[in-house]
Formats: sequence, structure tokens, C-alpha cells
Amino acid sequence: MSDRSTKSGTPIETRQLLHTSRPIFEQGAPGRTGASLPPCDVPAVDEKVALGALARDAAPGLPEVSEVEVTRHFTRLSRWNYAIDIGLYPLGSCTMKYNPKVNEKVARMPGFAGLHPAQAESTLEGALELMWRLERCLCELGGFQRVTLQPAAGAQGELAGVMMIRAYHADRGQRRTKVLIPDSAHGTNPASCTLNGFEVVSLKTGSDGLLHADVVREAIAANPNDVAAIMITNPSTLGLFEEHLGEIADVVHEAGGLVYMDGANFNALLGKVRPGEAGVDVMHINLHKTFTTPHGGGGPGSGVVGVGARLEPFLPTPTVEKAPGPGDKYRLEYHRPKSIGRMRSWFGNFGMFVRAYTYIREMGGPGLTQATEMAVLNANYVRARLAEVYSLAYDKPSMHEVVFTDKKLKKETGVQTLDVAKRLMDFGYHPPTIYFPLPAVTGGAGALMIEPTETETPETLDAFCDAMTAISVEAHQDPAIAHAAPLNTAMRRLDETHAARHPKLRWSRD
Amino acid sequence: MSTDYPNELRYTKEHEWARIEGNRATIGITKFAVESLGDITQVDLPKEGEEIRKDAVFGSVESVKAVSDLFAPCTGKVVKVNDPLNDSPEYVNEDCYDEGWMVQVELKDPKELDALMSAAEYQAYLKEQDAG
Repeated sequence: MSDRSTKSGTPIETRQLLHTSRPIFEQGAPGRTGASLPPCDVPAVDEKVALGALARDAAPGLPEVSEVEVTRHFTRLSRWNYAIDIGLYPLGSCTMKYNPKVNEKVARMPGFAGLHPAQAESTLEGALELMWRLERCLCELGGFQRVTLQPAAGAQGELAGVMMIRAYHADRGQRRTKVLIPDSAHGTNPASCTLNGFEVVSLKTGSDGLLHADVVREAIAANPNDVAAIMITNPSTLGLFEEHLGEIADVVHEAGGLVYMDGANFNALLGKVRPGEAGVDVMHINLHKTFTTPHGGGGPGSGVVGVGARLEPFLPTPTVEKAPGPGDKYRLEYHRPKSIGRMRSWFGNFGMFVRAYTYIREMGGPGLTQATEMAVLNANYVRARLAEVYSLAYDKPSMHEVVFTDKKLKKETGVQTLDVAKRLMDFGYHPPTIYFPLPAVTGGAGALMIEPTETETPETLDAFCDAMTAISVEAHQDPAIAHAAPLNTAMRRLDETHAARHPKLRWSRD
Repeated sequence: MSTDYPNELRYTKEHEWARIEGNRATIGITKFAVESLGDITQVDLPKEGEEIRKDAVFGSVESVKAVSDLFAPCTGKVVKVNDPLNDSPEYVNEDCYDEGWMVQVELKDPKELDALMSAAEYQAYLKEQDAG
């Protein structure tokens, strides 16, 4: 169906043909190939003789398809995708921000795109200058002394941060074994501690959803001289600002511990709060969230880590330094005796540095502050519009994301969070994050965590809230619809329990 | 309600139950926990001989919704583990007080259990949580 009457201003309404595609292994024909190779001039080898028992019994069964079959297969699958360039992507905590196209333009400039990391350092100077400048920007925004750009993603940033904390205590001749983590923190935090040999002490948030200093004091008293650090996500996964961060930082510092702030939600604070000045010793920032580099299949991540004076000596190597003397000369510094070493090969995901730096310079300081304000405003707009329709996890102003639960809806209709998420697809939206924060933090009810981000227009937010409202109204009239959803998608509701209990991880011919 | 929360068991605020027999306690999760979690897809438990500590995490359950920690209602050495849960985590959904038990421990300090709730107290606690 298509309507081409654009001259009158009527929007084009087209429903495309969507094709299903069988697994590529089941396409093609024996001997078919997409490339013409010259005759092989290497003498044939009997692999049974050459490899003995290691030789495989049969060919690996790779797809035998033509170029056009490959192209169509993957293009057809790609058209089933949902993307931020198609519509609102309200995936709370994941921060699916719009990726400005200017970032891509700059990243494709030949001087950046054509670089090889093994080039002589003297020919990398433009790239080093960009890294140095990006580091200065991030220090300014976060209130930090230095920033390492190396970690490949948020989780590796956390790992680097906790490794520096471990190195700090070891350097002072102390062996501390515990890290305090509130139950409203990101789920990766405990994993980063465990990987570093620390034991996690879980802290309960108060009835207002916030972490309170007394809870921290108690945990420290129960583990005297044994608390290496606290890891606090701010804003927390409840979308709330941890108002007592300053006091908590003082309590932890007095006990000889350090403060790690999970900065994955830094986009709610940019231009408003410098965590380094609020007592935070170390924080990772996700360039792929806060600084608009692609996220989720669109490109590699980048989990840069900012540190204050206490942890500066332990930064990964190499760092980028501005050489003394006249002119802007930049070089790599490998000599850092207390460094935790390299976090990964080369210098980090450089293409992301170009995009993030472009975004920062494109927006400028006031622009970044405005983006923060718009992100918070949009989340609170959704919160206000849906407060009566769904249950609020905590009845407080939100930061950049808002957490609803299915408490009321489930009691009244039997329709729960999963059903709402599935039904939302029928309305043309990617579902929000569900069942996170964990039921333990939301009073047992299933969470719906919505993060609209700053770029969405009022019309888009209204349309989304209308859809959420319609789902609730419909659930009261005929709950069976939501239970059966999605109804209009290429695949209907899948049996997630069966998939998790009996996963089929590999295609096989039988 | 009484069959939902058997009277002979003791309960924690984290929704575990303990069945005490002599100096041993069998531990599992309550009907409320099972209903909040949904279909359970994996249960991670300590090994026989390991020590678990009261209020500390001793394992986890994964459902289609989330991974949740299991908190020990008491301190003790694990003497038995419900191994069939490895292949059949659905026992926890189907029968959380019998086939779905998780571990049995030898109690270090039976007095610790005095702090746990009775069935009536636990149900009052659930009601209070729901109202909150």
C-alpha cells in the first residue's frame, strides 16, 4: 500500500515488502561461489598425512552461495532491525542517543580514517593532539586530573578503575578485601570487583530509593580497615540523583577507602556536576552513551576513565603528553612506574575519540549543559504523563530516566511488564528496559525503565505516551491482547523460557 | 495461605525459607520469590563442603526476567546440594518447598535461626511490603 500524495503535505504512508530469509547455510548449491579465484598453484596436500589425527573427517560445511544471495540475505535481515534512526529507542540505562551525522563525517576524514596505529609516532601527531584535547575536555567536564582513553567499553573501564584502586592500596602496603556496592548500582560493578579479587558487600537503598551515609557507616564498622572502595552509580539505576554522595565520600575517605562512581549515566550530569569535585576518585564514562558515539552494534564502545590525584600514578600506559617547549608537540609516555599497565592493544578505540571530540566541540559547553537539561526534562515529561497510568517506582523527580512498575496494572488486569513491552512493539516502538532495576529494589514489581534522551521532540514523546496509555486502557478491556502480543511483528512471541533452558547455540544440518 | 507458606518453615526478608531438622537446615526460596521471578532458567549453588554465611550471598537464581542473589538464612557447612536443579530448574517453579529445595547445611549456631520469621510473620511482612 502506498500513498504518494506528498504535494498536499500528506505524509507518505508505505508498507514495505519484508522478506523472511532461511539460514544462509540452507541457501545456495554445492560448488556455488561468489568469487572467481585463479587456479591453485600450490601442490595438493594429503591432509590426513600432514595432520594425522587432527585432520577433520568432513569439510566444515561453509555456505556455498553467490554474491547476490549473500547481499540479499543480510540486507533482508537488516530490514527487520530497529534503530535510533528509525524511531524512539527508550531503552533505560542503555542511553540509546542519536548519533549526529557530523561525527561520522569527521571520522571519515582521510587523515583520521587512514591512520594505522603502527605508524611512526612522529607521523601520528594530529591523532595524539586530538586524544590530548579530548582528555582535557573530559577532565574539565568531570573534574578530574587525568583521563585514560584506553578501555574498550564501560565494563573494561570499570575493570581498569578497580585495578587502579587495588594498585593504590597495594602501594600503601594495605590489603583490603571489600568493596561496598548499593543495590541500585549497575550490574557490572560486582563483576568488576570479583575479577579483581574483592568481595562485594551489598548496601540497601533507603525507602526513598537513595543510598544513605548511615548504611555506609554501618558497613564500614562491620569491616574495619577492610573496605577498599565504594562503587556508586550516580544517577542510580532508579534514575535518581544520589543526594548524599558528598557525605558518603567523606565517610569512605575517612575510613581509608576510595570512591568509584559508575559514570554510565553521566549524560544526566554533564555541565551540572563535576563528580571529581564531589569526592569521586575514579569514574568511567561511556563515550558511546554520553558522547553520542554509536552504541549497540553500531560500533565499538569506549569506556574512558577519569581519576583524581590519588589514582593518577596508576593510570594505564601509554598516556599522551604535550611536549614542553615551543609549538604544539605531542608524544606517548610509556614510563609510568606505578602504572597498572596496558588495558588493551594500541591506544583504545580511536574512531570513537574522533566522534566524541567532534560532538563536544560541535555542542560547546552551553550546548552540552542544554543537552543535559533536555534529557532530564524529557524523562520528567514522560514521568508526569504516565504517573497515573503506571505505578512509579519512586515518587521523586527523575534525572535522565524514569522507572515505572506494573504493580497497579498487574493487580487490576493481570497484564505485566513483559506483556507491555511486547505490545509496545505493535505500536512501532522498541521496548524499554524491563525487570531492571531488580524486583528487590522495586518492591517485587516488574520495572519498566524509560530513557527518552534529549533529542526527542514533544510530538514523539506524546505519541509514545499515547501508546503506553492505550496499552493500559486496552489491558483493562481485553487483557488477552497484551498477553498474546506482539501481533504485528515478523516473529510473534517467542518461548523465552524454552530458549533459556534449552538453548540451541549452533546451527546444524540435522 | 497456609499451604503457600508452610507453618513448619522459617523465613527471611530476602524470601528464602529454612526447614530445620536437628542440627541441619534445608534451604530454598519462597512461593512469593518464585512468583516474582517467573520461569527459572538456571540455579547456581555452592558445592558440598563449602561454608555459607548468614546474610551473605550463597548462590543465584536466573529467570527469564533477572538474575537474583540467594542470601543464606544461617551459617553452616553445605552437606547436600539439590543437583537435579542443574538440569531441571523448573522444579523450583513447580514445587519450591519440596522438589525445588536448594541446599542442606550443617548448622554452626542453631540460635541464629531464632531471628528468622514464622510463616505468620512472613505473610504479615509480605502484606506490609505490598502496601508500601
